[in-house]
Amino acid sequence: MSLKLPIYLDNHATTPLDPRVLDTMLPYFTEKFGNAASRSHSYGWTAEEAVNVAREKIAALIGAKTAKEIVFTSGATEADNLAIKGVAEFYKDKGNHIITTVIEHKAILDSCKSLENGKRLEKDGYEVTYLPVDAEGMVDPKAVEAAITDKTILVSVMLANNEVGTVQPLAEIGKITRAKGVLFHTDAVQGIGKTEFDVEAMNVDLASITAHKMYGPKGVGALYVRRSKPRVRLSALINGGGHEFGMRSGTLNVPGIVGFGRAAEIMKDEWKQESLRIGKQRDTLLAKLRARLSDIKVNGSMEHRLPGNLNVSFAFVEGEAMLMAIKDIACSSGSACTSASLEPSYVLHSMGIGDDLAHSSIRFGLGRFTTDEEIDFAADLVASKVEKLRDMSPLYEMHKEGIDLASVVWAAH
Amino acid sequence: MAYSEKVIDHYENPRNVGTLDKSDDSVGTGLVGAPACGDVMRLQIKVNDEGVIEDAKFKTFGCGSAIASSSLATEWLKGKSVDEAETIKNSMIAEELNLPPVKIHCSVLAEDAIKSAIVDFRNKQAQKRALSSAGTPEPLPAEAK
Repeated sequence: MSLKLPIYLDNHATTPLDPRVLDTMLPYFTEKFGNAASRSHSYGWTAEEAVNVAREKIAALIGAKTAKEIVFTSGATEADNLAIKGVAEFYKDKGNHIITTVIEHKAILDSCKSLENGKRLEKDGYEVTYLPVDAEGMVDPKAVEAAITDKTILVSVMLANNEVGTVQPLAEIGKITRAKGVLFHTDAVQGIGKTEFDVEAMNVDLASITAHKMYGPKGVGALYVRRSKPRVRLSALINGGGHEFGMRSGTLNVPGIVGFGRAAEIMKDEWKQESLRIGKQRDTLLAKLRARLSDIKVNGSMEHRLPGNLNVSFAFVEGEAMLMAIKDIACSSGSACTSASLEPSYVLHSMGIGDDLAHSSIRFGLGRFTTDEEIDFAADLVASKVEKLRDMSPLYEMHKEGIDLASVVWAAH
Repeated sequence: MAYSEKVIDHYENPRNVGTLDKSDDSVGTGLVGAPACGDVMRLQIKVNDEGVIEDAKFKTFGCGSAIASSSLATEWLKGKSVDEAETIKNSMIAEELNLPPVKIHCSVLAEDAIKSAIVDFRNKQAQKRALSSAGTPEPLPAEAK
């Protein structure tokens, strides 16, 4: 069987649309084009019915009690913004303190920063606590508990990290927030359908999810907003028409939502066996790399980790050069050279991983359509290119000569 | 990152990768950059008695344009006199490789590496002259030969 190059191992960035999802969506672009808010004719009723079916399927995937707890958005970034800013504004009389972690997605961190800087709510100063993670990339529930004050209105901790794939102890954190009467939000984007997630079992009050990380279409996401015990209230960010229970106005993306629903349905049926298979492929990839290469470091806990994630630092080799060398594989790096900011990954940095190893990190993201042949090809290509780049790395030569690179005085620039 | 064909060519077929004997006093070694910054270049020149660079080698930890900049530098250094080598500027490297603005620092690092190798070579020569002007060195004992 011939491989289609480049091999796609960047499933944390986005996933391909499952053909079954596309089939379900297609009629909603053409003959079933109605506006779900049109109440006066069958085009509208058909669209509304399709949206409600999708809502049910998404609610079922995350264990929500009712479909009305699903608020559709344009994606997870909007859902994160709505959760943070919407809660902060609505509950401002109750408190001004939000707790989150240093490894969150930028949609959370930047939303929190906008509150701190007072750009959004100038008259109210918000305080945000950014909890650290340990060397394995894990948040400590005890640290969450210790950070809660009588001013705390919201705790936001991601289900799984997008770079190192660490799965956070949400059930333990949820127990604490529930006992303390503080709302609990999670950015569940990376973890849904890849690891256990249940809003009831974990006492989650708000959860951001998106279709395109679960083999659905781009441009559609949702915020789960708990309706009872406690009933969560939000101030809307987007006004105009009162769609989505008044929490998010705007004509619904019906084909996208239909696809999202179908993607959720497939995930619910298949995720357990799929995760086992992907986890095995990931372990094979790592074993093959370890068999050929010395001085490789897995970043993040292997125990609490998404099955499809492998984040590895290949010491003495720079990440962007690696990506160029393995251009037959589509993946990403924590190297500064691949980011617009020219800063190495803040997630790796927060885990205490040195900038040198952050520059050397590569993230592989396996998914539903990853084949065993692709894993074999990727392992061989990566190993041979690391060997080639190490042959031209002064650091590797110094390392082999027994020089401790940490003791060298470098002329930083 | 969209690189020029020249960067990709140097990256995929790097010229003059390797190591010269840094204890040889006709060899100058420059090691610049830092692992934490994501690039380290080691550039070496071997200078003959006429003051001409007869060989140049590099090893680089860094992105594609850092590797290409050092590869190009070694290509340009070969056959030049040390004084001529000193006139190589980062802007010439950046222009030749058509580096994007965010990668200009790679060419700066290559210029630093050239300068640093030349300084090292000149220091070694100065030391050698100082030793020989201090008088004819005593012949080494036979067992040390």
